[in-house]
Amino acid sequence: MVVDVMPKPEILDPQGKAVTGALARLGFAGISVRQGKRFELDVIGEITEDRLAEVHRAAETLLANTVIETFNVRVEEAPEASEEDDQAESAEQTELATQAG
Amino acid sequence: MADTVGDAARTPDQAQPWAELGLKDDEYARIKEILGRRPTSSELAMYSVMWSEHCSYKSSKVHLRQFAELPTETPVGKLLAGIGENAGVVDIGQGYAVTFKIESHNHPSYVEPYQGAATGVGGIVRDILAMGARPIGVMDSLRFGPLHEPDTARVLPGVVAGIGGYGNCLGLPNIGGEVAYDHTYLGNPLVNALCVGVLRHEDLHLAKATGAGNQVILYGASTGADGIGGVSVLASESFDDAEGTNAGQAERSTEQVEAYPSTSSGRSSSTSSGRKPASKRPSVQVGDPFLEKLLIECTLEIFAAGLITGIQDLGGAGLSCATSELASAGDGGMHIDLDLVPLRNTTLSPEEILMSESQERMMAIVEPEHVEDFLAICRKWDVLATVIGEVTAGDRLVIDWHGETVVDVPPRTVAHEGPVYQRPYGRPEWQDQVQANGIDQLPRPAGGEELADTLLRLIGSPNLCDKSWVTDQYDRYVRGNSVLAQPDDAGVLRIDEYSGLGVALATDCNSRFALLDPYAGAQLALAEAYRNVASSGAEPLAITDCLNFGSPEDPAIMWQFSEAVRGLADGCRALGTPVTGGNVSFYNQTGSTPILPTPVVGVLGVIDDVTRRTSGGFSAAEHPIYLLGETRDELAGSAWAQVIHDHLGGRPPEVDFAQEKALAEVLIRASRRGLLGSAHDLADGGLAQALVESALRYGFGARIELPSEADPFVWLFSETTGRALVSVKEGADRDLASLCRINGVMLTKLGVVTAQEDASLEVVGQFMLPLTRIREAWQDTIPAVMATH
Repeated sequence: MVVDVMPKPEILDPQGKAVTGALARLGFAGISVRQGKRFELDVIGEITEDRLAEVHRAAETLLANTVIETFNVRVEEAPEASEEDDQAESAEQTELATQAG
Repeated sequence: MADTVGDAARTPDQAQPWAELGLKDDEYARIKEILGRRPTSSELAMYSVMWSEHCSYKSSKVHLRQFAELPTETPVGKLLAGIGENAGVVDIGQGYAVTFKIESHNHPSYVEPYQGAATGVGGIVRDILAMGARPIGVMDSLRFGPLHEPDTARVLPGVVAGIGGYGNCLGLPNIGGEVAYDHTYLGNPLVNALCVGVLRHEDLHLAKATGAGNQVILYGASTGADGIGGVSVLASESFDDAEGTNAGQAERSTEQVEAYPSTSSGRSSSTSSGRKPASKRPSVQVGDPFLEKLLIECTLEIFAAGLITGIQDLGGAGLSCATSELASAGDGGMHIDLDLVPLRNTTLSPEEILMSESQERMMAIVEPEHVEDFLAICRKWDVLATVIGEVTAGDRLVIDWHGETVVDVPPRTVAHEGPVYQRPYGRPEWQDQVQANGIDQLPRPAGGEELADTLLRLIGSPNLCDKSWVTDQYDRYVRGNSVLAQPDDAGVLRIDEYSGLGVALATDCNSRFALLDPYAGAQLALAEAYRNVASSGAEPLAITDCLNFGSPEDPAIMWQFSEAVRGLADGCRALGTPVTGGNVSFYNQTGSTPILPTPVVGVLGVIDDVTRRTSGGFSAAEHPIYLLGETRDELAGSAWAQVIHDHLGGRPPEVDFAQEKALAEVLIRASRRGLLGSAHDLADGGLAQALVESALRYGFGARIELPSEADPFVWLFSETTGRALVSVKEGADRDLASLCRINGVMLTKLGVVTAQEDASLEVVGQFMLPLTRIREAWQDTIPAVMATH
C-alpha cells in the first residue's frame, strides 16, 4: 500500500518553494513544485476493509501531521508487477480514501 | 464580488457577522458611528482583528499605563525607545544600543507545536529587526503540562524542535530561558520567545508612515491563506450563509496576544483552537527561516543605505495591522492597491489578504527617489518586493480592490483608538484559603539520610532537573559571541570583537508563587531575573515582560493580572529598571481552568568587559564557598513543598528590593575586581539546588559546614530571596568581606570547593553524596520520559 502525504494546498511549502527556485535557476522555467512524502507499506495478509481502516488510522496518527498535511491511502500491486517507467499508470490503483484534518 | 464602500452605502441594513468575528454589539455600533455607515466586509475584518484583545489590549491597557509612568532612565542612560514601539531600545554605552522583547505564541504552539513555536521565534526576530537592529540572540520561556502526560510528549518535543529548527537555521544563538511544568499548562502550554538585537544609536528606526507621496513597499514572502481561519466567515459566499462558522468567536478569543498598547505586529495567529477546526481555511502558519535570514540581511543593508523612512514587520493581523499602524503613527493617510499584493493563492478575497498572517513579510515607507535602490537590494537578496501604495496627504486609510474602494477609514480608529475596558476585578474568596493553607503541618526531613534523600528527589524533579535534553537542540554558540549560555544563570553575548562590551539576559517566573500572591509573584520573578543577570557580573538595566493569564472576563483573573502589573511596576521603580515593552496573553485556560498566573520577566544587563563575567560553576578546588544574603524559614510554594508534598499554599517568600540591589552591587563589583571563582543565584530548590548545579558544572566537589545554629533543612531548601552562592578566588576573601560590609549584605562562610577526582557533595555532620550519584539523579529525568514515547 502507498500513503502519499502532501502539505495542504493553502499551507506554505518552503521545501517545494526552494525546489521551484532551484529549477528556475537551472533554466527549467515555468515549473512550480510542491513537495510531499510517499510511504510504501508492505501489509501482510489480505487487505480487508478493516485492514485499510487500520492503515488509515496509522497514517493519521504518525505518517501525516493532519494539522498541516493531507494524505491519501491507496492499494498498489506488488512492485515487481509493474514496469519502472510507467508504474504510476499501469499499476492498478484504487483510490480508497482521502482525508484532511 | 467584494463588498465595496459604495455597496455599504447602498445597503446600510445588510446583516453582518460581527458577533462571529468576536465584536460586541456596542463595538459594532461604534464602528458604524465612526464611519457614518455600515463597514464593508473588509473594514469589518480589520476592525474586528485590530480591536481584539490581542491587538488592542482593551482589557489590559488601563493597568499597563503604570509601566509608561515609570522613569525611563536606566543606570546607563535614557531609553531610546520605550513602550509603544515594536520593541524598547536601551542605551548600553559606547554608541551602542540594544533592543529586546519577549512575546507569547502560546495557542498556535498547542495546535501545531513545531510550526507554532517556530513562527513565534520568527515573529519576535522581525520585531527586533524592525527597530533597525541586527538580531543577535534568542531565549525562550516554556511551560508544559506534567512531564509524564502523553500530550506533553506531543507538545514539548515539537515546541523544542520548532524553536531549534527556526533559530538554528537563522543562525541565532539560543542563550537560555526556562522550562517548567504544571498540570494547568496541559491544555495550554506557554511558549514565550525573546529576541535581542544590537544597533548603533543613529540606526534606530521607528514604525511610522510620514511624507505624502512616499511609497509603501511590501517585501518578503508572498501572501497566502495563513492564519485566517476565523475570518473565513467573511470569505464565504454571502453573509446570509455564514452559519457553521461560529467557531470564529470562540477561536478568536483563544489567541489574544500582541505587543503592548499601540503597536506592532508581533506574530501570533489570531485564530483557531485546533480542537475544532471548523473554518475552511487553515489557521496554522508555516515558517520559512531561510527566507527570514534573507529578510534580515536585506533589511539591514537597506537600513545601512539609508533608504527607509518608516518600517513595520507583519505579524498578527498582517496587512491590516501594518497599514493602519504605520498610517496612524504618521502624519497623513495611506492609499493601498490590494491588487498589487503578491499572492501565493489567487483565490484569496480582499478580506483574507488583509487578515493573512503569512510569515516573513515586512512593510517599508520609502521616498520615491529611493524606491529603485530599495528594490535593487531586494533583488540582490532574492527577496520579493512590491510597491503596493503610497502615503497620502489626507487622513484616511484607503484600500482599493479591482478598481473599487473596499476600505476607507481613519487609521487611528483602527490601530490606536480601539475600545478600552475597565474590566471588573476582585480578590477571589479562595485566595485567603490558599494563603491560610500553609506548610506548618507538612512533615520535614530530619537527619542526614532524609536530607540527602530529599535533595536527590528535588534535583531529579522535572522543574529542577537537567534541561540539556531541551537546550542541546539549540545552537548556543553560532555567531561566536556567546560568552555564557545555559546552564549559567544568565546568557551573556559579546557585542563586538573589540570593546569587550556585552549584554546579559535572563527570564524568570515562578508561577506557583504568583498564584499564592500575584503582586509578590511578579516581584519575585523580577527579583530572580535581576539577580540572575547580576550573578553573571552584568548591571541590570531594563526589563521586558510577557504576562500570561487566564480569561480577563473573570474578575479573579483580572485581579491576578492587575496585582501582577502593580507589583512589577512597584518593583521596577524600586530597582530603577524601566519596562521597555512586552506582551499580554489572556485566555490561557483549558475549559474553565486557568493556568497559574505566569508573569514572565526578562531582564537585560550590560557588562563592560565580558572577560570579567562570572560563571555559575565552581572553577577550582580549594576556593572557599560563601553564601551571600540572609536565610529565613520560607518554604511555602517551594520546590520542596511541591515535589515532596504536592502542596501549594501559604505565602511566598518576601521580596526586599533594597537587599536585591545591595546583593547585585556586591556581585557586579566582585566580578569587575575578579574576586569570584563562581556565582550562582539561589531560587527554586534553594541552597541545595545551587550547590548541586555549581558542583556539576565542572565536576568539582564541595564540603559544606552549615553554621552551628542553623536548621540544616531550612538552610538547604528554603527559597528566601536576595541570596547567591559564590566561590572565591585565592586571597580574595577579605575584599569580598569588605564589599559585603559596605553594601550591607550578610556573608556566611559555608565551606570549600573540593577536588574533581572522586568528587562528592558533603554537608558535614549530615550526609555525603558522590557527585556521580547526584548527576545521575539530576540528568536522567527528561531523557527517561522522552525515551518511553
